[in-house]
Amino acid sequence: TLRLICTTTAVQRKNVGASGPEKYTEAFIKKQIEEFNLGKRHLANMMGEDPETFTQEDIDRAIAYLFPSGLFDKRARPLMKHPTEVFPEQRKIQWGEDGRPFHFLFYTGKQSYYSLMHETYEKFLNVQKHQDQLTTQDLPVQKEKRNLAGSRWLTKIELEEMLLEQVSDDDYSRFIQLLQKLVALPCADIEEKYIQKFSKELPVQLQKVVIEPLQHDERGVAFSTGEGKRKTARATAVVYDNGTGKITVNGIDILHYFPVLQDREQLLFPFQFLGRIGIHDMVCTVSGGGRSAQAGAIRLASAKALRSFVTEKEVEFMRQAGLLTVDPRVKERKKPGQEGSRRKFTWKKR
Amino acid sequence: DDKLLTEPLSHPDFFSVKELFTLKDLFDARVHLGHKKGCRHRFMEPYIFGCRLDQDIIDLDQTMQHLQLALNFTAHVAYRGGIILFVSRRRQFCHLVESTARACGEYAHTRYWQGGLLTNAHIQFGPGVRLPDLLVFLSTLNNVFEPHVAIRDAAKMNIPTVGVVDTNCNPCLITYPVPGNDDSPAAMELYCKLFRMTIIRAKDKRRQSEAVEELR
Repeated sequence: TLRLICTTTAVQRKNVGASGPEKYTEAFIKKQIEEFNLGKRHLANMMGEDPETFTQEDIDRAIAYLFPSGLFDKRARPLMKHPTEVFPEQRKIQWGEDGRPFHFLFYTGKQSYYSLMHETYEKFLNVQKHQDQLTTQDLPVQKEKRNLAGSRWLTKIELEEMLLEQVSDDDYSRFIQLLQKLVALPCADIEEKYIQKFSKELPVQLQKVVIEPLQHDERGVAFSTGEGKRKTARATAVVYDNGTGKITVNGIDILHYFPVLQDREQLLFPFQFLGRIGIHDMVCTVSGGGRSAQAGAIRLASAKALRSFVTEKEVEFMRQAGLLTVDPRVKERKKPGQEGSRRKFTWKKR
Repeated sequence: DDKLLTEPLSHPDFFSVKELFTLKDLFDARVHLGHKKGCRHRFMEPYIFGCRLDQDIIDLDQTMQHLQLALNFTAHVAYRGGIILFVSRRRQFCHLVESTARACGEYAHTRYWQGGLLTNAHIQFGPGVRLPDLLVFLSTLNNVFEPHVAIRDAAKMNIPTVGVVDTNCNPCLITYPVPGNDDSPAAMELYCKLFRMTIIRAKDKRRQSEAVEELR
């Protein structure tokens, strides 16, 4: 190797990032674990607490107290965690003392992935054999439709984490195709446990939203509340049943609070959509924003409150009409080098 | 230890491999059936018995001799604790070959062969890898009907090869070719059964001899 004589200090510093991931031996990880445990006891003594019952949360609090840091990125702050969480899991040496590899598919290069394919194919053959047995005994073959809408397959990254080795796109798509073929068979219920390892539950969006039941005030009138926002305006609306269609905003009638017709139309839109104009009356409070923003916020709040009075189908209609969605549009920031958020300065040819 | 290794070499058939199969077994498993006359490879002509209705028939007497030599060799390799790698690129029998390898305690490779597996092993796997001591081909062709790359690589790395060659295969670089059918499931199951039994027999004999030596 050549030794450079006239160099800068930058060249003499070792480029740790480019040398590739460090190989962690078993002995190294063991030493790290011992040092961690010892350090944990020292920390407990320093904080005046019992070393035996010092949990990870106590460690985090102690470190945050002893080394306060104003850095924004949480990952850059001082960290003291168990070495198994800090050092990523690595593949150990794959062969024994005599040189014979441990896994029977070692010489393929991608042993975990191919052994997974082998196992899945074995389950597939099992299910087919079971199916053939049922047909020879003339028993009816069950055909229960698995709920495909509520679950998704593992993503490529999750599969890589599971197998601890690189998986290419083609390999991943082949694996998913094989799983789909397995699930498509009528008697796939036998291998349900195996398939569940590779599928994840998807919480259906609509089920998350809970429609509150109607409340009743002292006079026995049913009412419900809703909250809404638009730009910087925040509104709360209380919609009463058995009313005459009167709407009050911040203690003022809408005719006086919203002189412009457009804002009053926005307020009445949910009631007009459901055909309940003269039935309900509403009391709302609103703050922040401008004229249109406050109108939009009250519209959303009243639509949310009306959900309790109405059937599920009509709630779905409201959702599709866009009455229940928060309008995400906010004022875009001005950028340097431009006059506004989009408008550029006048371009002069010379 | 020296005696353990040199004793089997003095007998012509130490592991009595001839008892494992008969000509009738080979015939029943349809090993003699080859491809059509147009697919015939020039170097397979010595092994072909004849041609009936355009289909080549492989000479089972020659197959018997070659198979006996091949099984004897695999048994000796397994006796000395060598690594045996089963290779086959046929999708129908991939699962069968892998299960056979697992049952013997040996290794299998029935998937896409990456270029530098044998020739570039120290970089692909890591320093200090042990390469296989024997490659067993249950089908010498790959998915595009060309000779498998592993035959050439094994010849480059001085690794002996045992291979089942069909009438459209090239038996040139294989050390112990076994002319026979590689397309029907019955024939493949027969080969897998034979290899499995020889390897298990050889390993059992090794364990017995070691136990006998330790007792002395």
